[in-house]
Amino acid sequence: MSKEWPLWEVFIRGQHGLNHRHVGSLHAPDAEMAILNARDVYTRRNEGVSIWVVKSVDITASSPSEKGPLFEPSNSKVYRHPTFYDIPEEVGHM
Amino acid sequence: MYAQLVSTDGLKKPEEMTPEERAFQERIDRGEKIEPKEWMPEGYRKTLIRQIGQHAHSEIVGQLPEGNWITRAPTLERKAILLAKVQDEAGHGLYLYCAAETLGVSRDELMELLHKGKMKYSSIFNYPTLTWADMGAVGWLVDGAAIMNQVPLQRTSFGPYSRAMIRICKEESFHQRQGYAIMMKMASGTPAQKAMAQDALNRLWYPSLMMFGPSDKDSVHSAQSMAWKIKMNTNDELRQKFVDQTVPQAEYLGLTVPDPNLKWNEEKGGYDFSEPDWSEFFDVIAGNGPCNKDRLGARVKAWDDGAWFREGLVAHAEKAAARKAPVAAE
Ligand SMILES: [Fe+2]
Ligand SMILES: [Fe+2]
Ligand SMILES: [Fe+2]
Repeated sequence: MSKEWPLWEVFIRGQHGLNHRHVGSLHAPDAEMAILNARDVYTRRNEGVSIWVVKSVDITASSPSEKGPLFEPSNSKVYRHPTFYDIPEEVGHM
Repeated sequence: MYAQLVSTDGLKKPEEMTPEERAFQERIDRGEKIEPKEWMPEGYRKTLIRQIGQHAHSEIVGQLPEGNWITRAPTLERKAILLAKVQDEAGHGLYLYCAAETLGVSRDELMELLHKGKMKYSSIFNYPTLTWADMGAVGWLVDGAAIMNQVPLQRTSFGPYSRAMIRICKEESFHQRQGYAIMMKMASGTPAQKAMAQDALNRLWYPSLMMFGPSDKDSVHSAQSMAWKIKMNTNDELRQKFVDQTVPQAEYLGLTVPDPNLKWNEEKGGYDFSEPDWSEFFDVIAGNGPCNKDRLGARVKAWDDGAWFREGLVAHAEKAAARKAPVAAE
């Protein structure tokens, strides 16, 4: 059979000025068609104001088996959170 | 359901599991999501490919009975609504094929298995849609039954499947409501229109009950799928819920559910009802329903007729890419 269309990952920015967010993937022969297909597949109800598409093969992902060592360093750094610090009530909102 | 007969091997007991399998099961028991690149038992992967693939095929084939009425919808508004609904189903199919693809099978491979009759789709779509009232009954009953099954699947253990289900569920309630709205219109119309609505209910009631799959006592394969959380409820549980939800809706329409044994059972807090004819179900699954040949034929024809177009787009994309590629210095 003929060649399969490549897979694209689709990112959409919603109405409220947030970042583009990954919403799913789809097949398309090229980037232009990927955008058009993404419009039809992922924004049928006004979900977006902007679409990015990226070929799935171009994405490098962290490996699930390294989840521990990769993210562990931030686990022990509770002082990065505001709640780590006790501020007296008299000081007011901070 | 949309995946009615997904067979797995029997349930493994903890002492039969390898350490990896046990750790995997513990993750699922803790409610963790399994993501595509993580380790999973082969059986889990295979069962999910079958189940998600079957589900995707059902969405795509499910466009056909409704597509049948797009050109003959009674008003422009109804036509626009039906088009939107059928387009949603195409979207549902695409979300699900993508979820299946994360497990290492390609969409075209799944399509090929469908076209060769090696993968199934829901038995419900092998019944004909004879009148406009069927558009009402399909939305109300068929999408209603689908919702019953899909809502709990939002919590399924496989991340991409769960996310696809969440998207789908957001869109399904429109499907059921537009169907019920058609039924309300027809049931409060002329006697002839009301009779059409009743006839649609009569024909689609039992096929809708079959959507949940055979009775639990006959489906030996659910235990492993339930342990893996790729099946969240038993077939009979969901069927009971569906009946309990649907009967009052039929009463509101002034229509009669075609089951002389239907009776409220105070003790169990649900209706007693007749089982569908399971021999008919197995017959339809085996390919002998009223529309099996039509449905599969339409799918294969669409795929074959579209080949030149798919290939043309690829050729165009390749040419455009070659034109853009930097030419080596000469
Ligand atoms: Fe759907
Ligand atoms: Fe559906
Ligand atoms: Fe639907």
